[in-house]
Amino acid sequence: MPLLQYEAPTSLAQARQALAGRSDAKILAGGTDLLVQMRLGLRDPALVVDIKHVPELMEITLGEQGLRLGAAVPGAVVTDHPEIGQLYPGFVEALGLIGSSQIQGRCSAGGNLCNASPAADCVPALIANRATCNIMGPDGERTVAVEAFNTGPASNCLAADEILVSIDLPRPGPRSSDAYLRFIPRTEMDIAVAGAAVALSLDEAGVCIDARVAIGAVAPTALLVPAAADALIGGTLDEDSLNRASAAASEAAAPITDKRGTVEYRKKVVGVLVRRAAGVAKARIEATS
Amino acid sequence: MSINIQTDFKTVGTRPIRPDGPDKVTGRAKYGADLNLSGMLYGHIVRSPHAHAVIKSIDFSAALAMPGVVATMSAEDLPEPGDRILPGAEIEMKLKDISPIIMARGKVLFHSQAVAAVAATSESLAAEAAKRVVVEYEVLPHVLDVHAAMADDAPLVHDDVFTQGIDPAPTRPSNLSADFEMAKGDIEAGFAEADLVIERTYNVPMCHQGYIEPHACVARSDENGKIEIWCCTQGPFMVRNMTAEITGIDLGKIKVTASEIGGGFGGKTTVYVEPVATILACKSGRPVKIVMSRDEVFRASGPVSSAETQVKIGAKKDGTLTAIKTDILMDSGAFSSSPILPATMFAAACYRCDNMHSRGREVLTNKPKAWAYRAPGAPQSIMAVECAVNELAQGLGIDPIDFRLLNAVEEGDVPLFGVPFQSIGLKQSLEAAKNHPNYQAALEQNQGRGVAAAFWINAGLQSSATIHVAEDGSLNVLTGNPDIGGSRASMAMLAAEVLGIPVETVRPSVVDTDSVGYCDTTGGSRTTLATGSAVMKAAGMLREELKHRAAAIWNVDIKEVEWYDGMAVVHSGIGIDELRDELRAGTAGRNPEKVLTMAELAAQAGATGGPLTASASVHAHSAQPSFAVNICDVQVDRDTGKVDILRYTCVQDAGKAVHPAYVEGQMQGGAVQGIGWALNEEYLFNDQGVLENAGFLDYRIPVASDLPMIDTVIVEVPNPLHPFGVRGVGEVPICPPMPAVATAVNRAAGTQLYDLPLSPPKLLAAIEGAGADNEAA
Ligand SMILES: Cc1cc2nc3c(=O)[nH]c(=O)nc-3n(C[C@H](O)[C@H](O)[C@H](O)COP(=O)(O)OP(=O)(O)OC[C@H]3O[C@@H](n4cnc5c(N)ncnc54)[C@H](O)[C@@H]3O)c2cc1C
Repeated sequence: MPLLQYEAPTSLAQARQALAGRSDAKILAGGTDLLVQMRLGLRDPALVVDIKHVPELMEITLGEQGLRLGAAVPGAVVTDHPEIGQLYPGFVEALGLIGSSQIQGRCSAGGNLCNASPAADCVPALIANRATCNIMGPDGERTVAVEAFNTGPASNCLAADEILVSIDLPRPGPRSSDAYLRFIPRTEMDIAVAGAAVALSLDEAGVCIDARVAIGAVAPTALLVPAAADALIGGTLDEDSLNRASAAASEAAAPITDKRGTVEYRKKVVGVLVRRAAGVAKARIEATS
Repeated sequence: MSINIQTDFKTVGTRPIRPDGPDKVTGRAKYGADLNLSGMLYGHIVRSPHAHAVIKSIDFSAALAMPGVVATMSAEDLPEPGDRILPGAEIEMKLKDISPIIMARGKVLFHSQAVAAVAATSESLAAEAAKRVVVEYEVLPHVLDVHAAMADDAPLVHDDVFTQGIDPAPTRPSNLSADFEMAKGDIEAGFAEADLVIERTYNVPMCHQGYIEPHACVARSDENGKIEIWCCTQGPFMVRNMTAEITGIDLGKIKVTASEIGGGFGGKTTVYVEPVATILACKSGRPVKIVMSRDEVFRASGPVSSAETQVKIGAKKDGTLTAIKTDILMDSGAFSSSPILPATMFAAACYRCDNMHSRGREVLTNKPKAWAYRAPGAPQSIMAVECAVNELAQGLGIDPIDFRLLNAVEEGDVPLFGVPFQSIGLKQSLEAAKNHPNYQAALEQNQGRGVAAAFWINAGLQSSATIHVAEDGSLNVLTGNPDIGGSRASMAMLAAEVLGIPVETVRPSVVDTDSVGYCDTTGGSRTTLATGSAVMKAAGMLREELKHRAAAIWNVDIKEVEWYDGMAVVHSGIGIDELRDELRAGTAGRNPEKVLTMAELAAQAGATGGPLTASASVHAHSAQPSFAVNICDVQVDRDTGKVDILRYTCVQDAGKAVHPAYVEGQMQGGAVQGIGWALNEEYLFNDQGVLENAGFLDYRIPVASDLPMIDTVIVEVPNPLHPFGVRGVGEVPICPPMPAVATAVNRAAGTQLYDLPLSPPKLLAAIEGAGADNEAA
């Protein structure tokens, strides 16, 4: 029987070396996707590279530019952080929705993104926040917008020997906030049937001057929906603009019917979530200014 | 027969900490998969990739070529099973219908049916070897839907099943395995008398018991051919019997030890892996462990019959029921094992009605065979009748609890199944529900309330118990019934009560099949009643023996010795009442002339006739039914179809609650399971008969945060046949939740959706449909 090889590099250089020329390797962050998939027989890597000992992957840097989040930082570290939640409450609530306390101690935003599940919770929230990915490969670094990172269910833009090192979230302007809502039939321990993230900036008069809307679990990858954002920008998040944003999200959604929901249901509910998430983000701005 | 029922208790009715609690909470308790023996092998089962196929050949050579693969098996290693009905399982089946579930014979009848097995030196090696067993199949057309299965040209699941219950017996085999009717009065005359008749169809999906612990066992055979099996089961004696029958090994050579059990709910009242591990152990000469994965549990254990029930029910303007008609169609999976009989008999057992008619049909399909789940069959048919009763009461403008009070059965009424009710607590439970704050709570927009009542029969059956007194006067109480719901605590309390001793001095244990007399399985809500009766009988015998020992020590006549408060007392000279007063006041002191404690009697046992022990067995005919009433308040999100349970209250007649906290636990657990079945739980098969949600991610049992605190009210109308008034309590709790939830949801949403589960996509479609209907009207 084949043996499973395990490496735990302590630097990016070592990690790169471990992966060099291997197509049968898998990167291990928290393992809450990878180990489950291995156990189910869905993945069968010959080499597992544990990246949790690489400093760049475990660092949090919060500065004027915004947040640089190491790709393997566990969810619980982010949700416990005193400032990140104030700047990106929607992203933090999305990450905090993953699994249970036990899962939170392991699961990472990077793993959530790289696993490329269409239903991954923190991906729409990253997109709404204009997040970008810092990727390291044999030929150096490159940067990719989160909305362009995943290419389909369980597939992303990384080459076999590339590593997602960190994710950058730009610092939001004044009177800005975000929100993420997902629909699940239960209250926790479930996978999104639909999800929506909305990031907003309002002027002093309450007019929306900037918006990003992203939806999850309703297409092969999480989608940025510019038409929904356009419906919100320039208005005061009145009924009419919310209706149009909601309709734009339903329109953009291209879901499938499966055991978790039907096409019609997902299209309808994703619109409901966009409307509600916009309301939450707006209330957050009003509460803090 | 009437007996005196005790009402004044010292221990019964209190809430001591359960003896098995600390080890379970800290993870020390040993469950089925926790035993490891030296030299042990791991078994892995090869399962069918088809829902219906002929097994043409099985080739083990590639698997056996792997180093570390030690033994293999298939149906060829089991004796040809006969037509004989196997006693002891919760549902009686013919051996020829059970053996193929352990190992398919010639054909596979459902996806994931066991076809072969291998044993190897590690789990991963066994799994790898299982992949290398080459099975050649000839795929046959399959049938999954009950209606399709009844069509004339449907593929036959068995070619030797002829519908039972039809006269004259059919000459052609079919998938309709049973079709029978029960009736009283004149059903059509009843409907003619009614001012309002409700007629509707209700669907309850196939579900799973959802026990957290997968089936697991270790088997070994010794040099004398004696087999030992350790496993998680509701019935070690059942495992002994079924393993003997299925493997052909003498029953007398098998000893079964039950581990702690992580839930069963009826699902562990049969065997799956034990006979396989036994054969592999015999063939390899080494212990063999088999632990089912969650995936295997979902696909290849015994899920719960779906039911399609048509109800027609009528009442007069004043609320009097005039006729109740039910027609129940159950999916039994690949073998006849559904609970169609109780479903048909008990559908309307809560109601006094002169005209009743109930028909039950069982259909075979290419799915795993249905098996027992808490009050088997009753939740499905009671769901239908209770929803219809709610609609009827609403149509007549009568409060649903008042409507039930008007029609509820009471002592002397004769239900459809023919056995007149003795003293029962349905009306008292309805009154308690009506007076509960939950029933008065105000409802807001998009909120709704449902109530439902339910009946369950409860079982008695056979049990044994042995009591040993240790040298310090403490007790060991041994029974053979695995403790699923706190029964060890009950056994200790019942012994303590009979002997008047502190419950802390009693150590209850569940022992192996060599160490105590026969016990039927833990199930049917029978353990506290029946095994408890054996314990009480043994404790009573021990009390008499203790009095004799005291009489010997004091050299007085036995008539002068009383047993009082855990002590032997002699009342020569003074009357027992005076003596009691003295003892109560403490003035009797510790005069050994008058008083001997358990500890003193135990210390002198050697001199008075040897160790103190007592054993007793019963065939309990004292079981009496239970009734329950639930109130459920929900809120519906009209934009997503999501249901939130706001408030939930369970009322139940426990007869006498031996340990009230564990009775409440049963009530809450049953409510949660029923809520799950109503809202999200269902088996989803694809068109090839492959289960699509074989895991707890997509088989959605409720999580704790889905639920409010579930309120409980224990009503105590004593069982007239039990000296303490005890009734079974474990099963009836799952009977009322589905109709209570479904009614609440439909009231909140303005819908008529009775196709369970009321999952969000279905409910949203119904809400939109109801909206469109209103606009059209
Ligand atoms: C019980 C349970 C509940 C869950 N609930 C949710 C939920 O509610 N919502 C949700 O979205 N998800 C959920 N998940 C899925 C999972 O927890 C998340 O996707 C999590 O964020 C994955 O992070 P991880 O660090 O554990 O990833 P891993 O399992 O370590 O990795 C995931 C994948 O990404 C790759 N990878 C990881 N890091 C990198 C990197 N830096 N560079 C390149 N590739 C990388 C791995 O090779 C692997 O293919 C749940 C899982 C479980 C077991």
